[in-house]
Amino acid sequence: MKQSLFESRHKAEWEQFTLVLEQLEQGKEAEQVAGFPSDYRRLCQHLALARERGYSSFLIDSLQQQVLRGHQQLYRHRSRLGANVLGFILADFPRLVREQWRFVLAAGLMFFGSLIGIALLVYLFPDLVYNLIPAEQVSEMQGMYDPEAGHLGRSAERAASEDWVMFGYYIMHNIGIAFQTFASGLLFGLGSAFFLFFNGLMIGAVAGHLTHIGYGQTFWSFVVGHGAFELSAIALAGAAGLQLGWALIAPGRLPRSEALRLAARKSVLLICGVMLFLLIAAFIEAYWSSTVGVAPMTKYLVGAALWLLVATYLLFAGRARHAPE
Amino acid sequence: MLETTALPRKATLSPPLDTRYQVETPEGIDLPLRPAGLMVRALAFSIDLALRGLIVGLLFIVLAFLGKLGAGLGSILLFVVSWWYMVLFEVLNQGRSPGKHWMGLRVVQDDGTPIGWSASLLRNLLRFVDMLPFGYFLGAISCLQHPTFKRLGDLAAGTLVIYREQPLARPQLPTAQPRRLAFALTLTEQRAILGFAERQGELSEARVKELATILAQPLQVSAPGAVDELNGIARGLLCPT
Repeated sequence: MKQSLFESRHKAEWEQFTLVLEQLEQGKEAEQVAGFPSDYRRLCQHLALARERGYSSFLIDSLQQQVLRGHQQLYRHRSRLGANVLGFILADFPRLVREQWRFVLAAGLMFFGSLIGIALLVYLFPDLVYNLIPAEQVSEMQGMYDPEAGHLGRSAERAASEDWVMFGYYIMHNIGIAFQTFASGLLFGLGSAFFLFFNGLMIGAVAGHLTHIGYGQTFWSFVVGHGAFELSAIALAGAAGLQLGWALIAPGRLPRSEALRLAARKSVLLICGVMLFLLIAAFIEAYWSSTVGVAPMTKYLVGAALWLLVATYLLFAGRARHAPE
Repeated sequence: MLETTALPRKATLSPPLDTRYQVETPEGIDLPLRPAGLMVRALAFSIDLALRGLIVGLLFIVLAFLGKLGAGLGSILLFVVSWWYMVLFEVLNQGRSPGKHWMGLRVVQDDGTPIGWSASLLRNLLRFVDMLPFGYFLGAISCLQHPTFKRLGDLAAGTLVIYREQPLARPQLPTAQPRRLAFALTLTEQRAILGFAERQGELSEARVKELATILAQPLQVSAPGAVDELNGIARGLLCPT
Protein backbone atom coordinates (compact mmCIF):
# COMPACT_ATOMS: atom_id res chain seq x y z
CA MET A 1 0.00 0.00 0.00
CA LYS A 2 1.30 3.44 -0.87
CA GLN A 3 1.92 5.82 1.96
CA SER A 4 -0.64 8.44 0.92
CA LEU A 5 -3.39 5.82 0.76
CA PHE A 6 -2.38 4.46 4.16
CA GLU A 7 -2.43 7.96 5.62
CA SER A 8 -5.79 8.94 4.21
CA ARG A 9 -7.34 5.67 5.30
CA HIS A 10 -6.32 6.01 8.96
CA LYS A 11 -6.19 9.76 9.35
CA ALA A 12 -9.53 10.06 11.10
CA GLU A 13 -8.58 7.34 13.59
CA TRP A 14 -5.33 9.06 14.49
CA GLU A 15 -7.00 12.41 14.98
CA GLN A 16 -9.60 10.83 17.24
CA PHE A 17 -6.83 9.18 19.24
CA THR A 18 -5.03 12.51 19.65
CA LEU A 19 -8.18 14.07 21.11
CA VAL A 20 -8.56 11.28 23.67
CA LEU A 21 -4.87 11.59 24.53
CA GLU A 22 -5.17 15.29 25.17
CA GLN A 23 -8.11 14.73 27.49
CA LEU A 24 -6.28 12.01 29.38
CA GLU A 25 -3.14 14.12 29.72
CA GLN A 26 -5.13 16.92 31.27
CA GLY A 27 -6.54 14.44 33.77
CA LYS A 28 -10.07 14.68 32.42
CA GLU A 29 -12.32 11.69 32.12
CA ALA A 30 -12.36 11.01 28.42
CA GLU A 31 -15.60 9.68 27.00
CA GLN A 32 -14.03 7.07 24.77
CA VAL A 33 -11.69 5.90 27.52
CA ALA A 34 -13.01 2.34 27.41
CA GLY A 35 -11.78 1.93 23.86
CA PHE A 36 -8.41 3.51 24.59
CA PRO A 37 -6.31 0.35 25.01
CA SER A 38 -7.54 -1.22 21.78
CA ASP A 39 -7.12 2.09 19.91
CA TYR A 40 -3.62 2.30 21.28
CA ARG A 41 -2.76 -1.21 20.14
CA ARG A 42 -4.10 -0.50 16.69
CA LEU A 43 -1.87 2.57 16.55
CA CYS A 44 1.07 0.38 17.53
CA GLN A 45 0.21 -1.90 14.63
CA HIS A 46 0.09 1.06 12.27
CA LEU A 47 3.52 2.15 13.45
CA ALA A 48 4.93 -1.32 12.95
CA LEU A 49 3.44 -1.45 9.45
CA ALA A 50 4.79 1.98 8.60
CA ARG A 51 8.27 0.93 9.68
CA GLU A 52 8.09 -2.37 7.85
CA ARG A 53 6.96 -0.75 4.63
CA GLY A 54 9.60 1.93 4.80
CA TYR A 55 7.25 4.94 4.89
CA SER A 56 8.73 8.37 5.28
CA SER A 57 10.37 9.66 8.46
CA PHE A 58 7.70 12.26 9.03
CA LEU A 59 4.94 9.67 9.23
CA ILE A 60 6.98 7.27 11.35
CA ASP A 61 8.15 9.98 13.74
CA SER A 62 4.70 11.39 14.27
CA LEU A 63 3.22 7.93 14.83
CA GLN A 64 6.06 7.25 17.23
CA GLN A 65 5.21 10.37 19.21
CA GLN A 66 1.58 9.33 19.40
CA VAL A 67 2.55 5.84 20.55
CA LEU A 68 4.90 7.24 23.20
CA ARG A 69 2.15 9.47 24.56
CA GLY A 70 -0.29 6.57 24.51
CA HIS A 71 2.27 4.35 26.24
CA GLN A 72 2.68 6.95 28.98
CA GLN A 73 -1.05 7.08 29.56
CA LEU A 74 -1.71 3.34 29.40
CA TYR A 75 1.22 2.11 31.45
CA ARG A 76 1.54 4.90 33.99
CA HIS A 77 2.53 3.69 37.46
CA ARG A 78 -0.16 3.96 40.03
CA SER A 79 1.37 5.75 42.97
CA ARG A 80 1.27 3.54 46.04
CA LEU A 81 1.97 6.42 48.40
CA GLY A 82 -1.07 8.62 48.09
CA ALA A 83 -3.52 5.79 47.55
CA ASN A 84 -3.78 4.34 51.03
CA VAL A 85 -2.16 6.58 53.58
CA LEU A 86 -4.09 5.01 56.41
CA GLY A 87 -3.04 1.49 55.49
CA PHE A 88 0.54 2.66 55.32
CA ILE A 89 0.45 4.25 58.76
CA LEU A 90 -1.45 1.44 60.46
CA ALA A 91 0.33 -1.55 59.00
CA ASP A 92 2.74 -1.18 56.13
CA PHE A 93 5.24 1.13 57.76
CA PRO A 94 5.82 -0.86 60.98
CA ARG A 95 5.91 -4.04 58.88
CA LEU A 96 8.58 -2.53 56.69
CA VAL A 97 10.60 -1.49 59.74
CA ARG A 98 10.44 -5.04 61.10
CA GLU A 99 11.31 -6.47 57.71
CA GLN A 100 14.45 -4.33 57.63
CA TRP A 101 15.30 -5.09 61.25
CA ARG A 102 19.00 -5.67 60.55
CA PHE A 103 19.50 -2.17 59.25
CA VAL A 104 17.29 -0.68 61.91
CA LEU A 105 19.28 -2.50 64.56
CA ALA A 106 22.61 -1.41 63.09
CA ALA A 107 21.51 2.21 62.77
CA GLY A 108 19.97 2.15 66.25
CA LEU A 109 23.17 0.80 67.77
CA MET A 110 25.29 3.42 66.02
CA PHE A 111 23.06 6.30 67.00
CA PHE A 112 21.87 5.40 70.48
CA GLY A 113 25.15 3.65 71.33
CA SER A 114 27.24 6.71 70.56
CA LEU A 115 24.66 8.94 72.24
CA ILE A 116 24.55 7.03 75.52
CA GLY A 117 28.26 6.24 75.48
CA ILE A 118 29.40 9.82 75.07
CA ALA A 119 26.76 11.07 77.53
CA LEU A 120 28.18 8.77 80.21
CA LEU A 121 31.74 9.72 79.34
CA VAL A 122 31.01 13.44 79.49
CA TYR A 123 29.15 12.97 82.74
CA LEU A 124 32.18 11.22 84.24
CA PHE A 125 34.87 13.37 82.58
CA PRO A 126 33.22 16.77 82.16
CA ASP A 127 36.10 18.41 80.30
CA LEU A 128 35.54 16.09 77.39
CA VAL A 129 32.65 18.19 76.16
CA TYR A 130 34.98 20.98 75.06
CA ASN A 131 36.77 18.56 72.77
CA LEU A 132 33.55 17.98 70.87
CA ILE A 133 31.68 21.26 70.99
CA PRO A 134 33.15 24.79 70.87
CA ALA A 135 33.02 26.65 74.19
CA GLU A 136 30.62 29.38 72.96
CA GLN A 137 28.06 26.81 71.91
CA VAL A 138 28.36 25.06 75.26
CA SER A 139 27.64 28.26 77.13
CA GLU A 140 24.78 29.02 74.77
CA MET A 141 23.30 25.59 75.58
CA GLN A 142 23.78 26.26 79.26
CA GLY A 143 21.91 29.53 78.92
CA MET A 144 19.02 27.80 77.21
CA TYR A 145 18.48 25.20 79.90
CA ASP A 146 19.42 27.26 82.94
CA PRO A 147 16.87 26.38 85.67
CA GLU A 148 17.41 29.79 87.32
CA ALA A 149 16.11 31.53 84.25
CA GLY A 150 12.88 29.58 84.67
CA HIS A 151 12.21 29.19 80.99
CA LEU A 152 13.21 27.03 78.15
CA GLY A 153 15.58 29.02 76.13
CA ARG A 154 13.52 31.64 74.39
CA SER A 155 11.09 33.39 76.68
CA ALA A 156 9.12 32.74 79.87
CA GLU A 157 5.64 32.65 78.44
CA ARG A 158 5.85 32.12 74.79
CA ALA A 159 3.04 33.46 72.73
CA ALA A 160 1.20 31.14 70.42
CA SER A 161 2.87 32.81 67.49
CA GLU A 162 6.25 31.94 68.92
CA ASP A 163 5.29 28.29 69.06
CA TRP A 164 4.65 28.67 65.38
CA VAL A 165 8.15 29.96 64.84
CA MET A 166 9.66 26.99 66.59
CA PHE A 167 7.31 24.53 64.85
CA GLY A 168 8.48 25.77 61.48
CA TYR A 169 12.08 25.77 62.59
CA TYR A 170 11.93 22.21 63.93
CA ILE A 171 10.32 20.91 60.75
CA MET A 172 12.93 22.49 58.56
CA HIS A 173 15.89 21.60 60.72
CA ASN A 174 15.01 18.04 61.73
CA ILE A 175 13.59 16.79 58.46
CA GLY A 176 16.59 18.32 56.73
CA ILE A 177 18.92 16.31 59.00
CA ALA A 178 16.93 13.14 58.41
CA PHE A 179 17.07 13.65 54.63
CA GLN A 180 20.82 14.17 54.77
CA THR A 181 21.31 11.10 56.92
CA PHE A 182 19.33 9.06 54.42
CA ALA A 183 20.76 10.41 51.18
CA SER A 184 24.40 10.18 52.18
CA GLY A 185 23.88 6.44 52.65
CA LEU A 186 24.37 6.19 48.91
CA LEU A 187 28.12 6.58 49.58
CA PHE A 188 28.35 2.89 50.50
CA GLY A 189 26.58 3.62 53.78
CA LEU A 190 29.47 5.71 55.06
CA GLY A 191 27.57 8.98 55.01
CA SER A 192 24.66 7.59 57.02
CA ALA A 193 27.05 6.05 59.53
CA PHE A 194 28.85 9.39 59.84
CA PHE A 195 25.66 11.38 60.44
CA LEU A 196 24.37 8.79 62.91
CA PHE A 197 27.60 8.92 64.92
CA PHE A 198 27.94 12.67 64.60
CA ASN A 199 24.42 13.46 65.76
CA GLY A 200 24.66 10.82 68.49
CA LEU A 201 27.89 12.34 69.78
CA MET A 202 26.57 15.91 69.72
CA ILE A 203 23.30 15.15 71.46
CA GLY A 204 25.00 12.82 73.92
CA ALA A 205 27.68 15.35 74.80
CA VAL A 206 25.14 18.09 75.45
CA ALA A 207 23.01 15.74 77.54
CA GLY A 208 25.96 14.55 79.61
CA HIS A 209 27.27 18.04 80.15
CA LEU A 210 23.96 19.57 81.18
CA THR A 211 23.27 16.71 83.57
CA HIS A 212 26.70 17.08 85.09
CA ILE A 213 26.34 20.78 85.83
CA GLY A 214 22.94 20.16 87.42
CA TYR A 215 20.61 21.35 84.66
CA GLY A 216 19.37 17.82 84.14
CA GLN A 217 15.84 18.51 85.31
CA THR A 218 15.08 21.22 82.75
CA PHE A 219 16.90 19.42 79.97
CA TRP A 220 15.48 15.94 80.36
CA SER A 221 11.93 17.06 81.02
CA PHE A 222 12.16 19.15 77.84
CA VAL A 223 13.51 16.49 75.52
CA VAL A 224 11.91 13.32 76.79
CA GLY A 225 8.57 13.86 75.07
CA HIS A 226 9.47 14.61 71.50
CA GLY A 227 12.71 12.61 71.72
CA ALA A 228 10.68 9.43 71.34
CA PHE A 229 9.68 10.38 67.81
CA GLU A 230 12.64 12.53 66.85
CA LEU A 231 15.48 10.20 67.84
CA SER A 232 13.83 7.07 66.50
CA ALA A 233 13.13 8.92 63.26
CA ILE A 234 16.81 9.83 62.86
CA ALA A 235 17.76 6.20 63.52
CA LEU A 236 15.21 5.00 60.94
CA ALA A 237 16.46 7.49 58.37
CA GLY A 238 19.94 6.15 58.99
CA ALA A 239 18.63 2.60 58.56
CA ALA A 240 17.15 3.55 55.19
CA GLY A 241 20.50 5.04 54.18
CA LEU A 242 22.43 1.98 55.32
CA GLN A 243 20.08 -0.13 53.24
CA LEU A 244 21.03 1.86 50.14
CA GLY A 245 24.71 1.52 50.94
CA TRP A 246 24.43 -2.21 51.60
CA ALA A 247 22.77 -2.77 48.22
CA LEU A 248 25.95 -1.35 46.68
CA ILE A 249 28.36 -3.26 48.93
CA ALA A 250 26.64 -6.65 48.72
CA PRO A 251 24.21 -6.69 45.78
CA GLY A 252 23.83 -10.47 45.88
CA ARG A 253 22.97 -12.00 42.52
CA LEU A 254 21.77 -8.76 40.96
CA PRO A 255 23.80 -6.13 39.15
CA ARG A 256 24.62 -3.24 41.50
CA SER A 257 22.36 -0.80 39.68
CA GLU A 258 19.39 -3.16 39.91
CA ALA A 259 20.03 -3.96 43.58
CA LEU A 260 20.25 -0.24 44.30
CA ARG A 261 16.95 0.42 42.57
CA LEU A 262 15.15 -2.28 44.52
CA ALA A 263 16.62 -1.13 47.82
CA ALA A 264 15.81 2.49 47.02
CA ARG A 265 12.19 1.66 46.35
CA LYS A 266 11.82 0.26 49.86
CA SER A 267 13.90 2.88 51.60
CA VAL A 268 11.85 5.73 50.20
CA LEU A 269 8.82 4.26 51.97
CA LEU A 270 10.82 4.23 55.19
CA ILE A 271 11.61 7.90 54.61
CA CYS A 272 7.92 8.69 54.27
CA GLY A 273 7.36 7.17 57.68
CA VAL A 274 10.31 9.14 59.04
CA MET A 275 8.78 12.37 57.79
CA LEU A 276 5.56 11.50 59.56
CA PHE A 277 7.46 10.84 62.79
CA LEU A 278 9.30 14.13 62.51
CA LEU A 279 6.10 16.07 61.92
CA ILE A 280 4.67 14.58 65.09
CA ALA A 281 7.92 15.32 66.91
CA ALA A 282 7.95 18.94 65.76
CA PHE A 283 4.36 19.33 66.92
CA ILE A 284 5.10 17.87 70.35
CA GLU A 285 8.29 19.88 70.69
CA ALA A 286 6.64 23.17 69.84
CA TYR A 287 3.40 22.78 71.74
CA TRP A 288 4.03 20.37 74.63
CA SER A 289 7.71 20.09 75.49
CA SER A 290 8.12 23.85 75.75
CA THR A 291 5.18 24.48 78.09
CA VAL A 292 6.46 25.65 81.46
CA GLY A 293 3.44 25.25 83.73
CA VAL A 294 3.68 21.46 83.88
CA ALA A 295 5.54 19.64 86.65
CA PRO A 296 8.63 17.74 85.45
CA MET A 297 7.16 14.51 86.78
CA THR A 298 4.17 14.78 84.46
CA LYS A 299 6.50 15.38 81.56
CA TYR A 300 8.56 12.33 82.43
CA LEU A 301 5.42 10.21 82.61
CA VAL A 302 4.09 11.50 79.31
CA GLY A 303 7.54 11.02 77.82
CA ALA A 304 7.72 7.42 79.00
CA ALA A 305 4.26 6.80 77.59
CA LEU A 306 5.33 8.23 74.22
CA TRP A 307 8.47 6.05 74.10
CA LEU A 308 6.33 3.04 74.92
CA LEU A 309 3.87 4.06 72.22
CA VAL A 310 6.61 4.30 69.57
CA ALA A 311 8.08 0.96 70.63
CA THR A 312 4.74 -0.87 70.58
CA TYR A 313 3.80 0.75 67.30
CA LEU A 314 6.99 -0.34 65.57
CA LEU A 315 7.01 -3.79 67.14
CA PHE A 316 3.39 -4.83 67.02
CA ALA A 317 1.30 -2.71 64.64
CA GLY A 318 0.14 -4.57 61.55
CA ARG A 319 1.01 -8.03 62.85
CA ALA A 320 -2.54 -9.30 62.47
CA ARG A 321 -3.16 -10.78 59.06
CA HIS A 322 -6.19 -8.64 58.41
CA ALA A 323 -4.92 -5.40 59.79
CA PRO A 324 -7.42 -2.56 59.66
CA GLU A 325 -6.93 -1.04 56.26
CA MET B 1 36.21 6.90 -7.07
CA LEU B 2 35.93 6.52 -3.34
CA GLU B 3 37.31 3.30 -2.00
CA THR B 4 35.48 2.11 1.06
CA THR B 5 37.48 -0.21 3.24
CA ALA B 6 35.62 -3.46 3.10
CA LEU B 7 34.72 -5.04 6.41
CA PRO B 8 35.81 -8.63 6.91
CA ARG B 9 32.94 -11.01 6.33
CA LYS B 10 30.64 -11.62 9.28
CA ALA B 11 32.22 -8.73 11.17
CA THR B 12 29.72 -7.21 13.58
CA LEU B 13 29.20 -3.53 12.96
CA SER B 14 30.10 -1.33 15.88
CA PRO B 15 26.97 0.18 17.42
CA PRO B 16 26.17 3.60 15.98
CA LEU B 17 27.42 6.62 17.93
CA ASP B 18 24.01 7.59 19.17
CA THR B 19 22.60 8.49 22.56
CA ARG B 20 19.09 7.33 21.80
CA TYR B 21 17.66 4.98 24.35
CA GLN B 22 15.19 2.38 23.12
CA VAL B 23 12.26 1.39 25.29
CA GLU B 24 10.56 -1.78 24.18
CA THR B 25 6.86 -1.66 24.92
CA PRO B 26 4.74 -4.75 25.64
CA GLU B 27 3.33 -4.31 22.14
CA GLY B 28 6.74 -5.08 20.68
CA ILE B 29 7.37 -1.51 19.55
CA ASP B 30 10.73 0.16 20.15
CA LEU B 31 10.24 3.72 21.29
CA PRO B 32 13.36 5.86 21.05
CA LEU B 33 13.89 8.37 23.87
CA ARG B 34 16.56 11.05 23.69
CA PRO B 35 18.36 11.43 27.04
CA ALA B 36 19.54 14.94 27.89
CA GLY B 37 23.20 15.58 28.62
CA LEU B 38 24.99 17.37 31.41
CA MET B 39 25.09 20.87 29.95
CA VAL B 40 21.42 21.33 29.21
CA ARG B 41 20.49 19.82 32.58
CA ALA B 42 22.88 22.15 34.37
CA LEU B 43 21.23 25.10 32.62
CA ALA B 44 17.77 23.86 33.59
CA PHE B 45 18.91 23.49 37.18
CA SER B 46 20.35 27.01 37.21
CA ILE B 47 17.04 28.41 36.01
CA ASP B 48 15.23 26.50 38.75
CA LEU B 49 17.72 27.70 41.34
CA ALA B 50 17.26 31.33 40.32
CA LEU B 51 13.49 30.93 40.33
CA ARG B 52 13.53 29.40 43.80
CA GLY B 53 15.70 32.25 45.05
CA LEU B 54 13.19 34.68 43.61
CA ILE B 55 10.19 32.92 45.18
CA VAL B 56 11.81 32.77 48.61
CA GLY B 57 12.99 36.36 48.39
CA LEU B 58 9.55 37.70 47.44
CA LEU B 59 7.66 35.67 50.04
CA PHE B 60 10.10 36.62 52.77
CA ILE B 61 9.41 40.28 52.07
CA VAL B 62 5.69 39.60 52.39
CA LEU B 63 6.13 37.44 55.50
CA ALA B 64 8.32 40.06 57.16
CA PHE B 65 5.15 42.10 57.69
CA LEU B 66 3.56 39.24 59.61
CA GLY B 67 6.12 39.24 62.41
CA LYS B 68 6.59 36.07 64.41
CA LEU B 69 3.95 34.10 62.55
CA GLY B 70 5.71 35.08 59.36
CA ALA B 71 9.02 33.76 60.66
CA GLY B 72 7.44 30.36 61.39
CA LEU B 73 5.74 30.26 58.03
CA GLY B 74 9.00 31.40 56.50
CA SER B 75 10.98 28.45 57.73
CA ILE B 76 8.27 25.99 56.63
CA LEU B 77 8.30 27.74 53.28
CA LEU B 78 12.07 27.48 53.04
CA PHE B 79 11.77 23.78 53.78
CA VAL B 80 9.09 23.26 51.16
CA VAL B 81 10.94 25.23 48.51
CA SER B 82 14.30 23.61 49.13
CA TRP B 83 13.15 19.98 49.38
CA TRP B 84 9.79 19.82 47.62
CA TYR B 85 9.93 22.33 44.76
CA MET B 86 11.28 19.80 42.28
CA VAL B 87 9.11 16.93 43.51
CA LEU B 88 5.88 18.88 43.27
CA PHE B 89 6.61 20.21 39.80
CA GLU B 90 7.84 16.90 38.46
CA VAL B 91 4.85 14.92 39.65
CA LEU B 92 2.10 17.44 39.04
CA ASN B 93 3.43 19.00 35.84
CA GLN B 94 4.24 15.92 33.72
CA GLY B 95 7.87 15.65 34.78
CA ARG B 96 8.75 19.26 34.15
CA SER B 97 10.06 21.81 36.59
CA PRO B 98 10.04 25.34 35.12
CA GLY B 99 13.74 25.09 34.25
CA LYS B 100 13.23 21.78 32.48
CA HIS B 101 10.19 23.17 30.73
CA TRP B 102 12.15 26.05 29.25
CA MET B 103 15.02 23.84 28.21
CA GLY B 104 12.57 21.39 26.56
CA LEU B 105 13.26 18.54 28.97
CA ARG B 106 11.17 16.24 31.12
CA VAL B 107 11.75 13.45 33.63
CA VAL B 108 10.32 9.99 32.96
CA GLN B 109 10.76 6.53 34.40
CA ASP B 110 13.19 4.17 32.73
CA ASP B 111 10.33 2.57 30.80
CA GLY B 112 9.13 5.88 29.40
CA THR B 113 6.14 6.26 31.70
CA PRO B 114 5.44 9.42 33.75
CA ILE B 115 7.32 9.80 37.02
CA GLY B 116 5.48 9.07 40.29
CA TRP B 117 5.74 10.38 43.82
CA SER B 118 8.19 7.87 45.23
CA ALA B 119 10.60 8.00 42.29
CA SER B 120 10.56 11.77 42.22
CA LEU B 121 11.06 12.04 45.98
CA LEU B 122 13.95 9.61 45.78
CA ARG B 123 15.78 11.29 42.94
CA ASN B 124 15.44 14.68 44.57
CA LEU B 125 16.47 13.52 48.05
CA LEU B 126 19.57 11.90 46.60
CA ARG B 127 20.42 15.19 44.94
CA PHE B 128 22.16 15.91 48.24
CA VAL B 129 24.74 13.21 47.43
CA ASP B 130 25.09 14.38 43.84
CA MET B 131 26.10 17.79 45.14
CA LEU B 132 28.93 16.35 47.22
CA PRO B 133 31.68 17.32 47.79
CA PHE B 134 30.99 20.64 46.04
CA GLY B 135 29.04 21.98 43.06
CA TYR B 136 27.46 18.73 41.76
CA PHE B 137 30.85 17.01 41.48
CA LEU B 138 29.66 13.43 41.97
CA GLY B 139 26.51 14.05 39.95
CA ALA B 140 28.50 15.46 37.04
CA ILE B 141 30.95 12.55 37.02
CA SER B 142 28.14 10.01 37.14
CA CYS B 143 26.27 11.89 34.40
CA LEU B 144 29.30 12.04 32.12
CA GLN B 145 30.24 8.39 32.34
CA HIS B 146 26.73 6.93 32.07
CA PRO B 147 25.42 5.98 28.61
CA THR B 148 22.09 7.68 29.28
CA PHE B 149 23.49 10.53 31.40
CA LYS B 150 22.07 9.52 34.75
CA ARG B 151 23.20 11.14 37.95
CA LEU B 152 23.28 9.08 41.14
CA GLY B 153 19.73 10.03 42.07
CA ASP B 154 18.50 8.89 38.67
CA LEU B 155 20.34 5.60 39.03
CA ALA B 156 18.67 4.83 42.34
CA ALA B 157 15.21 6.03 41.38
CA GLY B 158 15.28 4.47 37.89
CA THR B 159 14.47 7.76 36.16
CA LEU B 160 15.68 9.42 33.01
CA VAL B 161 15.81 13.05 31.88
CA ILE B 162 14.88 13.24 28.21
CA TYR B 163 14.21 15.85 25.56
CA ARG B 164 10.51 16.44 25.16
CA GLU B 165 9.03 15.54 21.82
CA GLN B 166 8.26 18.64 19.82
CA PRO B 167 5.24 18.59 17.52
CA LEU B 168 6.29 17.96 13.93
CA ALA B 169 5.31 20.12 11.00
CA ARG B 170 4.44 18.32 7.80
CA PRO B 171 7.30 18.85 5.35
CA GLN B 172 6.57 20.27 1.93
CA LEU B 173 7.59 17.84 -0.78
CA PRO B 174 9.22 19.36 -3.88
CA THR B 175 7.07 19.03 -6.99
CA ALA B 176 8.21 16.47 -9.50
CA GLN B 177 6.76 13.97 -11.92
CA PRO B 178 6.14 10.73 -9.97
CA ARG B 179 8.34 7.93 -11.27
CA ARG B 180 8.46 4.24 -10.77
CA LEU B 181 11.77 2.42 -10.56
CA ALA B 182 12.51 -0.65 -12.60
CA PHE B 183 14.21 -2.36 -9.67
CA ALA B 184 13.27 -2.90 -6.02
CA LEU B 185 14.75 -0.72 -3.29
CA THR B 186 15.77 -2.00 0.12
CA LEU B 187 14.02 -0.46 3.12
CA THR B 188 16.96 1.73 4.10
CA GLU B 189 17.37 2.96 0.52
CA GLN B 190 13.68 3.79 0.37
CA ARG B 191 13.88 5.64 3.70
CA ALA B 192 16.97 7.51 2.53
CA ILE B 193 15.31 8.72 -0.67
CA LEU B 194 12.14 9.76 1.20
CA GLY B 195 14.29 11.51 3.79
CA PHE B 196 16.11 13.34 1.02
CA ALA B 197 12.84 14.61 -0.40
CA GLU B 198 11.32 15.55 2.97
CA ARG B 199 14.37 17.42 4.22
CA GLN B 200 15.14 19.28 1.04
CA GLY B 201 13.63 22.48 2.38
CA GLU B 202 16.17 22.56 5.21
CA LEU B 203 19.20 22.12 2.94
CA SER B 204 20.95 24.63 0.74
CA GLU B 205 20.63 24.20 -2.99
CA ALA B 206 24.29 23.37 -3.43
CA ARG B 207 24.14 20.67 -0.78
CA VAL B 208 21.01 19.15 -2.38
CA LYS B 209 22.82 18.94 -5.70
CA GLU B 210 25.92 17.49 -4.11
CA LEU B 211 23.93 14.76 -2.39
CA ALA B 212 21.93 13.90 -5.47
CA THR B 213 25.05 13.72 -7.67
CA ILE B 214 26.29 10.77 -5.64
CA LEU B 215 23.39 8.76 -7.02
CA ALA B 216 23.55 10.07 -10.58
CA GLN B 217 25.69 7.24 -11.88
CA PRO B 218 23.77 4.29 -10.39
CA LEU B 219 20.47 5.84 -11.57
CA GLN B 220 21.96 6.46 -15.01
CA VAL B 221 20.93 10.09 -15.25
CA SER B 222 23.03 13.20 -15.81
CA ALA B 223 24.25 14.98 -12.67
CA PRO B 224 21.99 18.07 -13.02
CA GLY B 225 18.91 15.90 -13.47
CA ALA B 226 19.60 13.74 -10.41
CA VAL B 227 17.65 15.97 -7.99
CA ASP B 228 14.51 15.83 -10.10
CA GLU B 229 14.94 12.12 -10.60
CA LEU B 230 15.20 11.45 -6.85
CA ASN B 231 12.22 13.68 -6.06
CA GLY B 232 10.27 11.83 -8.69
CA ILE B 233 11.13 8.49 -7.14
CA ALA B 234 10.11 9.82 -3.72
CA ARG B 235 6.79 11.01 -5.13
CA GLY B 236 6.33 7.64 -6.73
CA LEU B 237 6.95 5.92 -3.42
CA LEU B 238 4.46 8.11 -1.57
CA CYS B 239 1.55 8.31 -3.96
CA PRO B 240 0.07 5.90 -6.46
CA THR B 241 1.36 6.79 -9.91
